[in-house]
Amino acid sequence: MQSNAALEYDYSLAKKFTFLTILFGFLGMLIGTLLAAQLAFPSLNYLLGEYGTFSRLRPLHTNIVIFGFTVSGIFATWFYIGQRVLKVSLKESKFLMTVGNIQFWLYFVGALLAVVSLLMGITESKEYAQFEWPFDIVVVIIWVLWGLNIMGLIGIRREKALYISVWYYLACFLGISMLYLFNNMALPTYFTSGGLGSFFHSVSMYSGTNDALVQWWYGHNAVAFGFTVPIVGMIYYFLPKESGQPVYSYKLSLLSFWGLLFVYLWAGSHHLMWSTVPDWMQTMGSVFSVLLILPSWGSAINMLLTMKGEWQQLTENPLIKFMILASTFYMLSTIEGPIQAVRSVNAIAHFTDWIIGHVHDGVLGWVVFMIMSAIYHMTPRMFKREIYSKKLIETQFWLQTTAVVLYFTSMWIAGITQGMMWRAVDEYGNLMYSFIDTVNALHPYYVIRTIAAIMYLAGFMMFMYNIYKTVTAGREIEEEPQFRTPIAA
Amino acid sequence: MFFRWIERNPFFMAAWISLVIAVAGLIEIVPDFAKAARPVEGLKPYTVLELAGKEVYKKDNCIACHSQLIRPFKSETDRYGDFSVSGEYAYDRPFLWGSKRTGPDLHRVGRYRTTVWHEAHMWNPPAVVPGSIMPAYRHMWKNAADIETAYAEAVTVKNAFHTPYGPGIRKGKEAWEKYKPTVLAQARKVAEEMKGTEGVSKEEVLKMIDSGKVPEIVALIAYLNRLK
Ligand code: HEC
Repeated sequence: MQSNAALEYDYSLAKKFTFLTILFGFLGMLIGTLLAAQLAFPSLNYLLGEYGTFSRLRPLHTNIVIFGFTVSGIFATWFYIGQRVLKVSLKESKFLMTVGNIQFWLYFVGALLAVVSLLMGITESKEYAQFEWPFDIVVVIIWVLWGLNIMGLIGIRREKALYISVWYYLACFLGISMLYLFNNMALPTYFTSGGLGSFFHSVSMYSGTNDALVQWWYGHNAVAFGFTVPIVGMIYYFLPKESGQPVYSYKLSLLSFWGLLFVYLWAGSHHLMWSTVPDWMQTMGSVFSVLLILPSWGSAINMLLTMKGEWQQLTENPLIKFMILASTFYMLSTIEGPIQAVRSVNAIAHFTDWIIGHVHDGVLGWVVFMIMSAIYHMTPRMFKREIYSKKLIETQFWLQTTAVVLYFTSMWIAGITQGMMWRAVDEYGNLMYSFIDTVNALHPYYVIRTIAAIMYLAGFMMFMYNIYKTVTAGREIEEEPQFRTPIAA
Repeated sequence: MFFRWIERNPFFMAAWISLVIAVAGLIEIVPDFAKAARPVEGLKPYTVLELAGKEVYKKDNCIACHSQLIRPFKSETDRYGDFSVSGEYAYDRPFLWGSKRTGPDLHRVGRYRTTVWHEAHMWNPPAVVPGSIMPAYRHMWKNAADIETAYAEAVTVKNAFHTPYGPGIRKGKEAWEKYKPTVLAQARKVAEEMKGTEGVSKEEVLKMIDSGKVPEIVALIAYLNRLK
């Protein structure tokens, strides 16, 4: 990865998607904070009439964070990284620019409509696949347009060998395509009933246990191809670029990439342990979840070792700090997941807040940290300005790191407490606690979690402010910085 | 080396990636598909009213806090009843197992809760169970459940998946108009068991039904009562 003096890249798409990443990130976290508060203080359910209950808002939170924030982040970084590692500019192809712009506007408008539809309660009710069929079709079109752009850019590339990041984006594109299509197979009832009822309603092609299997094959791997694969793709680009260090080991990259793709898909059934899916599938889910540690840690260790001999950068450069902590949370999360997939642990952990804790150390600690670092890295290069404030980044870093730790520790305790209380029996073998006892016990942890959420959100707002100030008032720079991102003290 | 080569040949790389990720799905999901879809003996499909209630359950997303899957542990069967078996879900499209129990499992709630209990509880949960953090769902008394769409769903699953509905469930407006009184009668039966709440009297609920609209709460209770 040498400097690319000769080529003028077109960042207009990357900028637009960066804007959406920030917008959706804020919205998603704001709603998440409200949800956390509602569980601690239920009277907060009635702020928006029927549209403001915990249950109506929860899919909004998950979908905005996944399909709004993360997917925008994936698009933004792709439109930045793609040109650079393939050594072509989007300027060279009118066609690809047009496709990209259509993708952007369709995505923007589609996302807003989808948000409204969820608020109205128009939903398929499958987790992370709530959108009803017309929105599914829009999602597919957007995705295909993005695919066209990836393939197109690859088609006109100058650099013949695809850099590691491109493998990951390619896998993200292909994986999500496959999962999304199969999981959302449904019949629109309006057309199959001779024009009766709601236009939006559909009924799943699969029923019961089958539906569960397909859904969690999807749900688990949406995490794989949305929250893991592309984010690893990002760190493979941004960490070496920011630190000026080459990726530690090519072999380890290979091993982790292909290992991840092969192993991840098998593990989906760990969401269905002790359920009515056949035992052998549950066992496969368990075994492959443990195997999954290898490729996950492979990537993370590869990143840590990339910093070999350059650890002082960790104290000097806040972006390196963000990225290294992101890798560390990734390691934590990918060891925690397999632990929860052990049958006996799963019996306690499933259905509890421990799972919520697991998701959030992954997403808050890994995904959001990585995407924010990417934006901090890209902004000065796209806008030719220095990052506005180092102090603000430092404060944000500590605030958010503390928040993540508070979040997952409180949810670990809450989850394990409740899991143990559900099964606790007295000396005669009778259940010791009524359900509501186990709810009341969680109140302090729900309060702590709410505080953590507010802290994290506050940190994100510092990030927003910092980026805003950078774009509008940051000191201008003439030469593109080669490695370390310039940050005003 | 294979990987060095494939890195320079994006088309083959894409094909190879697709293959590698498809394997697991093919091997894990496909083999047991037909078997898992078979209903237990005596299982009846949801009535149109119950389907409408299931739509309310989906719309207000009770799945965010409730599961419908009783695991085979003594602590669960003591609390909720017999553990769940695959064939019970044969007519569940989508499945509603959930993934989080902020509230208790509901797979057999129809065995131990009654219409009046639900009525009071959905109106104001902490009044029935002190300390409850479940939201009240009072809009369900005002909003009408979409029974026509529920009927459309019944028609669809009957024709597409051979769900055993009677001859009354057929395509088209005319068939629906003919069937609608059956749904209203089912709704009236549930509503007659209700007591009325401080905000909406029983008479108002009945009046709404007689005008051809089923309040969401009535459909929802019909659905919850069906979970046994
Ligand atoms: C914020 C989480 C939450 C949401 C959303 C929620 N519930 Fe609850 N639910 C609870 C809690 C906690 C309890 C236990 C305390 C109680 O009985 O109120 C409960 C209890 C229940 C019970 C009593 C079960 C029993 O065994 O006693 C029923 C029935 C019920 N909920 C139905 C629903 C329906 C229907 C919806 C959707 C409209 C819903 N709940 C939405 C949290 C929730």
